[in-house]
Amino acid sequence: MSRKTLALFDPTLVKPAIVDSFKKLDPRLQWRNPVMFVVYVGSILTTVLWAQALGGQGEAPASFILAVALWLWFTVLFANFAEALAEGRSKAQAAFLRGAKKTVVAKRLREPRYGTPVDLMSGTDLRRGDVVLVETGDMIPADGEVIEGVASVNESAITGESAPVIRESGGDFSAVTGGTTVLSDWIVVRVSVNPGEAFLDRMIAMVEGAKRQKTPNEIALTILLVALTIIFLGVTVTLLPYSIFGVAVAKAGSPVSITVLVALLVCLIPTTIAGLLSAIGVAGMSRMMQANVIATSGRAVEAAGDVDVLLLDKTGTITLGNRQAAAFLPAPGLTEHALADAAQLASLADETPEGRSIVVLAKQRFNLRERDIHALGATFIHFSAQTRMSGVNLDGRQIRKGSADAIRQYVEALEGGFPSPVTQTVNEVAGRGSTPLVVADGAKVLGVIELKDIVKGGIKERFTELRRMGIKTVMITGDNRLTAAAIAAEAGVDDFLAEATPEAKLALIRQHQAEGRLVAMTGDGTNDAPALAQADVAVAMNSGTQAAKEAGNMVDLDSNPTKLIEIVETGKQMLMTRGSLTTFSVANDIAKYFAIVPAAFVTTYPQLAALNVMGLASPASAILSAVIFNALIIIFLIPLALKGVKYRPLGAAVLLRRNLLIYGLGGVIVPFVGIKLIDMLISLAGWA
Amino acid sequence: MTPHAWLLLGLYLFILLALVKPLGIYIANVMEGRSWALRVGGPIEAIIYRLGGVRKERTMGWLQYALALLLFNTLGVFAVYALQRLQLWLPLNPQQMANVGPDSAFNTAVSFVTNTNWQGYAGETTMGYLTQMLALTVQNFLSAATGIVVVIALIRGFARHTAQDIGNAWVDLTRVTLYVLLPLALIFAVFLVSQGAIQNFAPYQDVATLENATQTLAMGPVASQEAIKMIGTNGGGFFNANSAHPYENPTPLTNFFQMLSIFLIPGALCYTLGRMVGDTRQGWAVLAAMAIIFVVAAVAAIAFEQQGNPLFAAADVDQTASATQAGGNMEGKETRFGIADSGLFATLTTAASCGAVIAMHDSFTPLGGMVPLVMMQLGEVVFGGVGSGLYGMLVFAIMAVFIAGLMIGRTPEYLGKKIEAYEMKMTAIAILVTPLLVLGGTAIAVMTAAGQAGIFNPGPHGFSEVLYALTSAGNNNGSAFAGLSANTPFYNVMLAIAMWFGRLAVIMPVLAMAGSLAAKKRLVATAGTLPTHGPLFVTLLIGTVLLVGLLNYVPALALGPMVEHFMLWAGR
Repeated sequence: MSRKTLALFDPTLVKPAIVDSFKKLDPRLQWRNPVMFVVYVGSILTTVLWAQALGGQGEAPASFILAVALWLWFTVLFANFAEALAEGRSKAQAAFLRGAKKTVVAKRLREPRYGTPVDLMSGTDLRRGDVVLVETGDMIPADGEVIEGVASVNESAITGESAPVIRESGGDFSAVTGGTTVLSDWIVVRVSVNPGEAFLDRMIAMVEGAKRQKTPNEIALTILLVALTIIFLGVTVTLLPYSIFGVAVAKAGSPVSITVLVALLVCLIPTTIAGLLSAIGVAGMSRMMQANVIATSGRAVEAAGDVDVLLLDKTGTITLGNRQAAAFLPAPGLTEHALADAAQLASLADETPEGRSIVVLAKQRFNLRERDIHALGATFIHFSAQTRMSGVNLDGRQIRKGSADAIRQYVEALEGGFPSPVTQTVNEVAGRGSTPLVVADGAKVLGVIELKDIVKGGIKERFTELRRMGIKTVMITGDNRLTAAAIAAEAGVDDFLAEATPEAKLALIRQHQAEGRLVAMTGDGTNDAPALAQADVAVAMNSGTQAAKEAGNMVDLDSNPTKLIEIVETGKQMLMTRGSLTTFSVANDIAKYFAIVPAAFVTTYPQLAALNVMGLASPASAILSAVIFNALIIIFLIPLALKGVKYRPLGAAVLLRRNLLIYGLGGVIVPFVGIKLIDMLISLAGWA
Repeated sequence: MTPHAWLLLGLYLFILLALVKPLGIYIANVMEGRSWALRVGGPIEAIIYRLGGVRKERTMGWLQYALALLLFNTLGVFAVYALQRLQLWLPLNPQQMANVGPDSAFNTAVSFVTNTNWQGYAGETTMGYLTQMLALTVQNFLSAATGIVVVIALIRGFARHTAQDIGNAWVDLTRVTLYVLLPLALIFAVFLVSQGAIQNFAPYQDVATLENATQTLAMGPVASQEAIKMIGTNGGGFFNANSAHPYENPTPLTNFFQMLSIFLIPGALCYTLGRMVGDTRQGWAVLAAMAIIFVVAAVAAIAFEQQGNPLFAAADVDQTASATQAGGNMEGKETRFGIADSGLFATLTTAASCGAVIAMHDSFTPLGGMVPLVMMQLGEVVFGGVGSGLYGMLVFAIMAVFIAGLMIGRTPEYLGKKIEAYEMKMTAIAILVTPLLVLGGTAIAVMTAAGQAGIFNPGPHGFSEVLYALTSAGNNNGSAFAGLSANTPFYNVMLAIAMWFGRLAVIMPVLAMAGSLAAKKRLVATAGTLPTHGPLFVTLLIGTVLLVGLLNYVPALALGPMVEHFMLWAGR
């Protein structure tokens, strides 16, 4: 889908996000994020202390308490802003999708078959089970299944792909999506969803975050963050008695103020990750949408990051969906040249990749130039869903090419015969894993064109990449073992399953799962549905059947099977961003201790000034600097949270070392520098 | 660090690491029920089961296992309490020791059952021989066995594939005691006796000293209690002077083997872990993380003590080590052992949750004394108590892989098991409990008159004394900083609470985790799996232990030993 991609801090997003940041101060919303709720309570508490100080009974100078209180409020607002910004982006996507939802006039059939009278009604009133007729130029009013007829459909509103697709009753191409348009012929569709449950509705609901639930890892991480918060709450609360005792025995200074303790608490608890946690989740779903994938849940996206084994269908994924001409195999008594000549003529107007490849092969083999089709005065017969043939009428000749069955019907209708040697050739070609295409001139069969699988360019590199990510690839094909092995070797997959039946697929998935692996697969056919249901991550092609889509936990709108790789990366990115920011957040605490602990107790024990390694100007500016750093870091990390930590296909250990160095070691060092800089600014400006 | 200290540390580690593998294999075989020893002891085992009505083939889910241990430990508290309260009327009390007071008896009962062995009393003036043997020594065995079976249950959780049970608590306790603890204790006790440790039921002896004064020498069945005190990382001394007493620890050789026996089972259990999960590298990695933290700490403790006291230097006292003197800070140290042994022993006994001492930790330099404090505050996971050290470390490992797993974009897994929300919840409870007990307890003590009454020293050192006591109790170490008169109803009750919850509130979530892990599938390691056996993981584990374990205590440490250190060196 060609959507406008908005800049990270696009003004149209930032303004409503700022407004939302304040709206999110509602305590009922704050309560959902326990860590930030602690900051929220701290902000209120310091504000009350400030009011008290204004009344002349302050525990510290009112200006200092005010400064701390203000920056604590900013911390809460910054976290709100991050979340609002991520949600804003999703809402923009939802608004775009809603644009695709138009009111359509539906032609409901009184009886579920073609030719019965129709009632005109609004598409939004259709219920599951209604049967509608859709004719050339009509928009399909709702998701459903073709029960009669064949038509070419433009699905670009959903997929962004402009080439029309064939939809017909029965088989794997019977599902149609509301909002797409029939270009030719007619179909009778049985509606499969009630209003509000349609595909577009689900997409909109998902991106709007209405159904967003915490993913399992997010829950586990929240538990850890809450535990850390409770510990640090214990640490700061007990500091007050320690300080009172210290003052009593040292007979110097005054006990630490509540304001300082709140400041220390907020600095220690993992606010950085907690403030950005929900933004990371929303942004992850939003990235999936940009990749044109609809996931039924965040759980599925996250599971994608854990995949160990990838099952890929050969056709369309590993090889080009369209096979290419590799040989001309003439019928007995004919030369290869004559066959090539006829084949080329039949393919001149055929713009499909297969047709083009025949023209190219004819030129390579016999230097047959492409002839000017208009000069020949030929009539071209285009491929149609009914005849399953294409060809040309020229000088009384009627050259046709098509599948063996279609040509057999054609020549037999013209009272010609289908020679048995050609049948044998057809079987041989099929046995090799190639596709036979038969050419006939009128009632006479000329021979067979062998169409071979061509491994997609660049696919080998992607498999190497997957191997580095630790993911094993398995090619699934209905071909025999020999063909499968040849293609598997050429494509560089780790393993293959030849002569795959739905049962064999299911068994393979179960076997991998029993060995403790997580399996992902893509599929589109009804016979894929059991395997899709069994797989841990199942991506159904949007072009596939309703059964396949319901069995999967994701739908790829582009129907691009290699999309799975992007899905895996997005899943991993979401986890990595959370993990890295958690590490960063906890590592920050070291510097904050060095800033706050000496400042808080220096009046009682002046010797603790030795711990002020950053040389911060005064106790007040040290505490303030730490609080300001803690708030600002959330803003600075918003881009990272929304874009995600960059994923590189490296081994686990290399990746960990890298991220530990950047976010662990970086998390230790950055706050030392940041706090020092802020302190210098504060003391320069003379604020504290 | 003198050459002697380096040599001592090197030799210690060498012998320890050489013993880890054979003992680790033996423990694994015993716990998996396929050791030769089981055939030898089979008849005895069978009698015990018949007496206890135990059906050994009946397995337990985690909750049943946990309740069995809870029941077992609770009964232990009652038994130890009763024996102390009634000792005057029971046999084997030649000195006619009075019945112990209720709060002290309660404290000691909890202390020995929880493998803490905090001693608010002085052994030779409080406990009769029967109490020492039947109450304290028995619990030395049983509390050690409790720790070991918990970690074995956790290891089974990792090793088993979609299992509903984690073993049978009664069988595990019996086998650990019968085949691991008893033989080791027997060998060690005989060795101690050969070196001069006493073992008798004689009344106390009055002897004339060289100055013609009369001194009373305490007697008793010492060697048998001493052996399990070290091997089971219990640490509760027969005498008040603990391992500094010549009857407990007669020679430098016994001292060396006492030190060795502290880390023996905790170290071997790491190998048992690797063996039981089918990848010994996993065990070595955990052991390496423990060993690295320990070596750094030991070197620091010895170095700080050898450095001496700057105030003495100002008074022209020579504190350098030479052939004729130990040098450094010798205050509170046993002259037989000197600085290197005292520093090493102090680190060992606090790294493992042993708590036996050969020197007064209270008299260490501020930073030298901070080392034992920090070792305990890390959660007793650097070797730690028998069993408890490893399960504590595994909790940290789970946390480390959780964060690391996220960082590489996978649902975290450790030893083939996925770490999910339930495990994180249990991990959170396990790491939360102890710091809250320690910090909260210290806060209560310094705020109440009853708590302040026990503090001997002024200023930050007094604060360190309280912090040390609570740290020692909450982490089930049992060593004392001294300088705090803790045998008062206030401290007896408060420390007992800290010991009980510091032990069982960690064991419960660990067993719950064992149950949930056992029920999960074992995943195979692929190229995408985070390897948990290399230097990277060891570094990560150390980092997690230090960051999560220590961050909680930084302010408290700053107000105690750190400020004392700065004051000392500023000449105050």
